[in-house]
Amino acid sequence: MGRLIRTLFEFYPVMLPVAIVCIVLNAIVSSLPSAFMQNVIAVVEQSWQSGDWSAASGRILSLVGLLCVFYVISLAAGFAFGQLMAIITQGSLSKLRQKMFNGMQNLPIKYFDTHDHGNVMSYYTNDIDTLRQMISQSFPNLIISTVTVLTVLGIMLYYSLWLALTVIAGVVIMVFVVKRVGGRSSKYFLRQQQSLAQTEGFVEEMMNGQKVIKVFCHEEATKNGFDKVNDQLFSDARIANRNANMLMPILLNIGNVLYVVVALLGGFLLLVGAPNLSLSGLPFSISILVPFLNMTKQFSGSVSQVSNQLNSVIMGLAGAKRIFDLIDEYPETDEGNVTLVNVKKDENGQLTECAERTQSWAWKVPQADGTNTYTLLTGDVRFNHVDFAYVPNKVVLHDITLYAKPGQKIAFVGSTGAGKTTITNLINRFYDIADGKILYDGISINDIKKSDLRRSLGIVLQDTNLFTGTVMENIRYGRLDATDEDCISAAKLAGAHDFITRLPEGYNTPLTGNGASLSQGQRQLLSIARAAVADPPVMILDEATSSIDTRTEAIVQRGMDALMKGRTVFVIAHRLSTIQNSNAIMVLDHGRIIERGTHEDLLAQKGTYYQLYTGALELD
Amino acid sequence: MVKVLMKSIREYKKPSILTPILVTGEVIMECIIPFVLANLVNDIKAGCSLGEIAQYGAALLLMALLSLFFGATAGSTCATASCGFARNLRKDMFYKIQGYSFQNIDKFSVSSLVTRLTTDVTNVQLAYMMIIRGAIRSPLMLIFSFIMGFIMGGRMALIYLVTIPILGTGLILVTRKTMPIFRRVFRKYDALNSSVQENIRSMRVVKAYVREDYEKKKFGTAAQNVQADFTRAERILAINNPLMQFCVYIVMIFVMTFGSYTVISSRGLDLDVGQMSSLLTYSFQILMSLMMLSMIFVMITMAAESAERITEVLSEESSLQNPANPVMEVKDGSIDFNHVSFKYSQKAERMALSNIDLHIKSGEIIGILGGTGSSKSSLIQLIPRLYDATEGSVKVGGVDVRDYDMEVLRNQVAVVLQKNELFSGTIKENLRWGNPNATDEELVEACRLAQADEFIQQFPDGYDTYIEQGGTNVSGGQKQRLCIARALLKKPKILILDDSTSAVDTRTDALIRQAFRKFIPETTKLIIAQRVSSVQDADRIIIMENGSINAIGTHEELLKTNEIYREVYTSQNKAGDQDVE
Repeated sequence: MGRLIRTLFEFYPVMLPVAIVCIVLNAIVSSLPSAFMQNVIAVVEQSWQSGDWSAASGRILSLVGLLCVFYVISLAAGFAFGQLMAIITQGSLSKLRQKMFNGMQNLPIKYFDTHDHGNVMSYYTNDIDTLRQMISQSFPNLIISTVTVLTVLGIMLYYSLWLALTVIAGVVIMVFVVKRVGGRSSKYFLRQQQSLAQTEGFVEEMMNGQKVIKVFCHEEATKNGFDKVNDQLFSDARIANRNANMLMPILLNIGNVLYVVVALLGGFLLLVGAPNLSLSGLPFSISILVPFLNMTKQFSGSVSQVSNQLNSVIMGLAGAKRIFDLIDEYPETDEGNVTLVNVKKDENGQLTECAERTQSWAWKVPQADGTNTYTLLTGDVRFNHVDFAYVPNKVVLHDITLYAKPGQKIAFVGSTGAGKTTITNLINRFYDIADGKILYDGISINDIKKSDLRRSLGIVLQDTNLFTGTVMENIRYGRLDATDEDCISAAKLAGAHDFITRLPEGYNTPLTGNGASLSQGQRQLLSIARAAVADPPVMILDEATSSIDTRTEAIVQRGMDALMKGRTVFVIAHRLSTIQNSNAIMVLDHGRIIERGTHEDLLAQKGTYYQLYTGALELD
Repeated sequence: MVKVLMKSIREYKKPSILTPILVTGEVIMECIIPFVLANLVNDIKAGCSLGEIAQYGAALLLMALLSLFFGATAGSTCATASCGFARNLRKDMFYKIQGYSFQNIDKFSVSSLVTRLTTDVTNVQLAYMMIIRGAIRSPLMLIFSFIMGFIMGGRMALIYLVTIPILGTGLILVTRKTMPIFRRVFRKYDALNSSVQENIRSMRVVKAYVREDYEKKKFGTAAQNVQADFTRAERILAINNPLMQFCVYIVMIFVMTFGSYTVISSRGLDLDVGQMSSLLTYSFQILMSLMMLSMIFVMITMAAESAERITEVLSEESSLQNPANPVMEVKDGSIDFNHVSFKYSQKAERMALSNIDLHIKSGEIIGILGGTGSSKSSLIQLIPRLYDATEGSVKVGGVDVRDYDMEVLRNQVAVVLQKNELFSGTIKENLRWGNPNATDEELVEACRLAQADEFIQQFPDGYDTYIEQGGTNVSGGQKQRLCIARALLKKPKILILDDSTSAVDTRTDALIRQAFRKFIPETTKLIIAQRVSSVQDADRIIIMENGSINAIGTHEELLKTNEIYREVYTSQNKAGDQDVE
């Protein structure tokens, strides 16, 4: 709660205090009329039997005049805070959203690998939505109600202690009821959210497998399964809503009873003429009782207002907590200071930094004396005794030592879980190694700025991810300043040009839902084109062609070989045909390199690779 | 739209009708109570006895209890009605979707269907709750308060006739102004959220290409855009509150000046002090209920968008319907494509399949080869009638697939899909999808044929091993073999494998095909593959190219005559297999 309010103040250091002042002003003025009414009624009491309006009019009109002034203030304040809160609410939500998103961009890949995506998503939908209700309505309402309650309580005490105590006793009962019924309600609201998530999960799993359901005529069983989760959701939602719905009438009628009790007590006091005990010391009279009754109504009204906001406050606070948890996640650390620059090489082999793309790159290494030295990027990658574990004590890579000399093609082969993808995760520092060293052109990759390290590596992943936008925009994602011609020639290189031109609008065909309208193979071709346009000095291909037919694959292969000539390439492949011409093939098993060598070497060894190659062993 | 949605109320009609009745009772009580109170105040003033006050108290207590009873019961029936309505809506939608063809599903997209089943239903549920409780309550409250106001205040109540139009006009204007903005902004908001989803899913690509800042900027622009629209709508909406206060204030001032004038000048005959104060109470109630009414109005209009989206799902007719007098038996496993052309949607310009003429005898083994996007999968999806041919006809067992009962047809045509899906549950449960009544022996038998028995036995829990959602805890090759076993359990007349052994090693692949040949010789088998070795021993091999048949023949024939086949064959044979056969 405190953190949320602090954050709101940070966002709007001027506007928010102004808004609060307006709210308080509005609330105080709104609770004054009962006091005015008491005065007016007192005047009427005195003079109604005389029937002389002119005698009373002066006092009444001046009171009403004063009231008008207060009303104008209240209206102005009310209008102002309404507008301010609208701006503050939406502004804060937008800022929180951006804060979350920006924070999220800096989180390590580990976060996304270990958190359910649907769950992360719900920060942006459910949690932000709860805050909206809370900031724009509950927050001002709570202030108004609190101020009203305090003002009214003050006025009550001013008039009569006994009656005020009666009202306070009523409030205690109300609070008790809210705790009981409201507590139950919020417990079930939480359950309802869980059931909702479960239903969503079920529907999603079934819809994604809809084809299987159809070919197995499994619709009826699926419907039964759905009924189960749906009924659970219904029963939780019903209990939650029933309790929430009942809260209002209960409070309202406690208020009514309170009203009766105050009237009875007041009548009794009037009749017996008991001495009044109050701050004002006024004698107890009908002119006190009538406004007091009105105040009672106002009072219990405010209390039920507060309780009405309770659910949204509870949910809002839970949402805020989750949002701050996300914002507080530890971002990726980056202690590297070596950067990647384009360079020109003069006759003496001297490297000079330049802005334009020169097809040659260098590492700019800052020295202690403030100068920079340049190391030509050649794509020499070495692993020295690298160990790695995703979770402590479950070592995934053991003592990996390997080297890729500039211009070499290095392939990794092995079954699922052997550690192939892990190795590539380490090169681009999606994960940091536990022990050992990875050197890139002789520089430890921990010293290289992460963004520059990654810019030097082109990666095509097994799971293709395309973005909403046109085909052209998706290819350009690899290099934002690429011209249309660059993109098209990259597509040609990746063997994607052919099918793109057959799409309804060619390169301008819009893609949505991760390119749902394309076949898996076509998506892979696009992501290869995206990597090709980036034109990186080192490339990592992680099962990049697994869904492409062998003929097209051969075309892609030729294109990539041409592009990456003289540059280092890491390949993870399922089909051994794609890696035969590698300079070195590493066969991985349970995180260890068990065989290494060229295709011919490995065949001659007649070991695991030989068995895989001849089809005697199953990959994956 | 309302008519379609109403159909889902069903067993919740009773609470749905009961709620407004109970609410009416509550409102009557709420309106009478201040009336009685006003009398009490007057009597106290007139100096009545404590006994009389106690009588009033008892009556009031009774009324409060009644009001409580009505209110609480209404709250409960209302919860039952609205939650039940939502439950039926979800159920009806889900059932409807189960009857959809893929054309229908493709039209909506899975993620949109999921949103419609969850978020949209929740919106409608809230609106329904508002309608049966609030939409009755507020107008009733309004009318009662109005009548009571006139009874109590007489001519004085005419002030309502001045303030209500002011407030009413104001509220209508505000609502009309905000609605279109809300509508637009909710759509933008959806887009914003789906872009976040995309970003989360693609985080590796974002990081690999160092596009964090680019994504931040993209998101920032979209977020500010949404913010601007939301702010505009909320600022207009924020006028409601001061407007209502303004009207309350006018009534207050009027009652205080003219009220006191009337009381004094008529010596309490036209109006007394008690009436004066209850006039104020009623004006509060009138304005509050107007306010509620406008809120309900906004809610309903906001939910209307959701209701519209639900109705779309409910009134969508499946593009694949069972025929009137369906054929209930599949005679044999022969398949005929008679000049079949097919496209996925009417809007598509290009045919996915064009003029396919193909006749397959029962029991034949057919291999299908073709490049990425050559429509191999489209071809076989017409056989179990996952889609209907756009032109021409597809016949199974000599009968047009459109004349079969779909369940009968699909039970005889088993397809192992390219995208293999296992569902969360044990291996046994997954296998029984093929045949719910299969005995354990039959399960083992099918798994032996699919070469899956061996690895299943190695799991500590054997056939009771739990498969995680999406089958993440078995390897690709294992998953494929489980899917084949599942299909075999159907004992189909036609078995189609759509690239289903790609992750299986060539030796096991060969064993599976050998088992097929030996144990289910009458079954027609269609095998789509990338590997030549998977199809080269088929009776006939079909080469697909750009949605049409390029060539048909045996391995030897194609090797001699077909360019594509030879190219694929040589490229793969260079790659492997030379030491095997």
